[in-house]
Amino acid sequence: MKHIAIGILGAGALGLMASAASATTLDTVKAKGFIQCGVSTGLAGFSAPDDKGDWQGIDADFCRAVAAAVFGDGTKVKFTPLSAKERFTALQSGEVDILSRNTTWTINRDTALGLNFVGTTYYDGQGFMINAKKLPGVNSALQLSGAAVCVQSGTTTELNLADYFKANKMEYNPVVFEKLEEVNAAYDAGRCDVYTTDQSGLYGIRLTLGSPADHVVLPEIISKEPLGPAVRQGDDQWYHIVKWTYFALLDAEELGITKANVDEMKNSPSPEIKRVLGQEADTKIGTDLGVSNDWVVNIVKAVGNYGEMFDRNVGSGSPLKIARGINALWTKGGLQYAPPIR
Amino acid sequence: MASQEVLREEPSRGSFINDPRVRGIFYQAVVVVLLAVSVWWIVQNVIDNLTRLHIASGFGFLKGRAGFDISDSAIAYTSDSTYGRAIVVGFINTIIVAVAGIVTATLIGFIVGIGRLSRNWLIRKICTVYVEIFRNIPPLLVIFFWYSGVLSVLPAPRDSINLPFGSFLNQRGFYFPRAVWGDGSWLIPVALIVGIAMAWFVARMARQRQMATGQQFPVFWTSVALIVGLPLLAYVLSGFPLSFDFPKQSTFNLTGGFQVKPEFLSLYLALSCYTAAFIAEIVRAGIVGVSKGQTEAAGALGLRPGSILRLVVVPQAMRIVIPPLTSQYLNLTKNSSLAIAIGYPDLTATAGTVLNQTGQAVEGVLIMMVVYLALSLVTSAIMNVVNARMALVER
Repeated sequence: MKHIAIGILGAGALGLMASAASATTLDTVKAKGFIQCGVSTGLAGFSAPDDKGDWQGIDADFCRAVAAAVFGDGTKVKFTPLSAKERFTALQSGEVDILSRNTTWTINRDTALGLNFVGTTYYDGQGFMINAKKLPGVNSALQLSGAAVCVQSGTTTELNLADYFKANKMEYNPVVFEKLEEVNAAYDAGRCDVYTTDQSGLYGIRLTLGSPADHVVLPEIISKEPLGPAVRQGDDQWYHIVKWTYFALLDAEELGITKANVDEMKNSPSPEIKRVLGQEADTKIGTDLGVSNDWVVNIVKAVGNYGEMFDRNVGSGSPLKIARGINALWTKGGLQYAPPIR
Repeated sequence: MASQEVLREEPSRGSFINDPRVRGIFYQAVVVVLLAVSVWWIVQNVIDNLTRLHIASGFGFLKGRAGFDISDSAIAYTSDSTYGRAIVVGFINTIIVAVAGIVTATLIGFIVGIGRLSRNWLIRKICTVYVEIFRNIPPLLVIFFWYSGVLSVLPAPRDSINLPFGSFLNQRGFYFPRAVWGDGSWLIPVALIVGIAMAWFVARMARQRQMATGQQFPVFWTSVALIVGLPLLAYVLSGFPLSFDFPKQSTFNLTGGFQVKPEFLSLYLALSCYTAAFIAEIVRAGIVGVSKGQTEAAGALGLRPGSILRLVVVPQAMRIVIPPLTSQYLNLTKNSSLAIAIGYPDLTATAGTVLNQTGQAVEGVLIMMVVYLALSLVTSAIMNVVNARMALVER
């Protein structure tokens, strides 16, 4: 009997020691052979499974881009659908390696939640959608006093909504659900008059409703919603890999490197393109980052450049047909700007 | 018996290690130490990891501004209130739905339970079908049934169903006129309290008189007259201070009046129906558990069937019923956390939102656990008092 007791104590002590050491995210990811990517539970254009069960959307493609940078293979990703409420805990606890889930970058999330946002993959703003057939004559958010508003709990949307109605001295009746599908169903069933979330989300959700043509998105944008991927704090190497994957996507677009021409571009006379694609002699750009030197080639081969990713998922090549707007490159009057790869 | 006494008095002989008492203490000490070590390890591990991941911790966040709104609140709450207050709002909502559910479930449960023993074939079968249906469906499905199957297919606010007394029913809930109390209306609740007190006093006097002389007194009707009549008199005397605020159609919804939201309604109805099926079975078991001889003896004394049930069977059945009833009440309270599926702002929902807005998961979950534990212990304590009063007093 005493031997058993000693055995248990010993096991406890081993457990204590095991928890002390921890590997870097890159090592763990390489060891398991894939990246665990936290996505939404289904938001068209950002992350939603298609009819074959493959995840599509900008957020899903971003994880593929990181996988391409790390493994040279964009398919080495596994997706974890997360509700708004689960997302930060899933990242903090190490259940996912990247949170790429239309998540707004705020100071509180950067500082108090132990996260690091790597950049803004989509500049968004919060809007309102109503059923124009049921509510003719409403064409501004300022006419919404007294309305029942459907919103997802635990989001910045929920907070902006409260601020907006308070600032404009209007009343409203919040109808709050935890899961996106529940909010969609409640709005479609008429439980609320107004649906509020990021404007891009409204366009995506509108497509899934019973009769999309009846619903209009009101013109007001009531907040800044910079959406971007986030990683855990305390692992600078992983943070840099994810951050520079995003910048590489932008730089590739700026330099005109596309999925179709990436192999030809390797022989481009431009020293800048050669450097970005890792064709410079004795380059150490990729290896210093912790990946191979042809990481940008792999990224572009897997998902294309940022512009291609945008068009395919939310832009002109998608059912959403969202204009580039402020998400255009800085050279074209937008906000997307990446530091140089050199 | 004899052998046990011998064992107890015999002092341990032989080795100290073979002494069963020493061994017992040793093993208990080992278990306590192991438990303490593992608890310490868990706590330390959490603290270490939170620090390592740069996640803020502590309960200071409860004083921060919440910034979000809550649809149903029994106390004053705006987005300017604190996170702590938001959790309190959720806690009160949990209590409201639990208490309302417990009362209704008990009523339905008793009716159905007694109905299952009815001599009427139809009543008996209806009650059996009720119990078998609700007892065998998960509570979450019952909630969805009420929410999506019954309440959300009601007409839109524009085409509300008109009910008597200016009430309306639509997919946004049940609207009825709200009472607006004018000057001098304080007299009415005072009259009500006085009425109840007097009714209680009359009932006591009547019982004493019946004990002493055998004469009965119409206690029921006197009590009704006192409890209803006195407030009515106060109402008339204070000059009819009561008016009603009727719900009216506006751009989006009905405004004015009092609104019971479909989230509350479906949760309340689902929890009541679901738990009532279990209570019905407990009640049936309790009644069947009372010996048939009791009923026959009461019948032989000349009591009518109603009186037999009320005076002889039910009081004895209650002794069997109350302990399992307690666990059903606890189940109902804990099942109320399923509210999150339909967006009723109960404790789990509001504390969950706070948890997510602040990112303080450990503290948030800890608060929820402590509150539910406290709620369950209080319910148990109350039921234990009731049980102690009901238990057989041997003289």
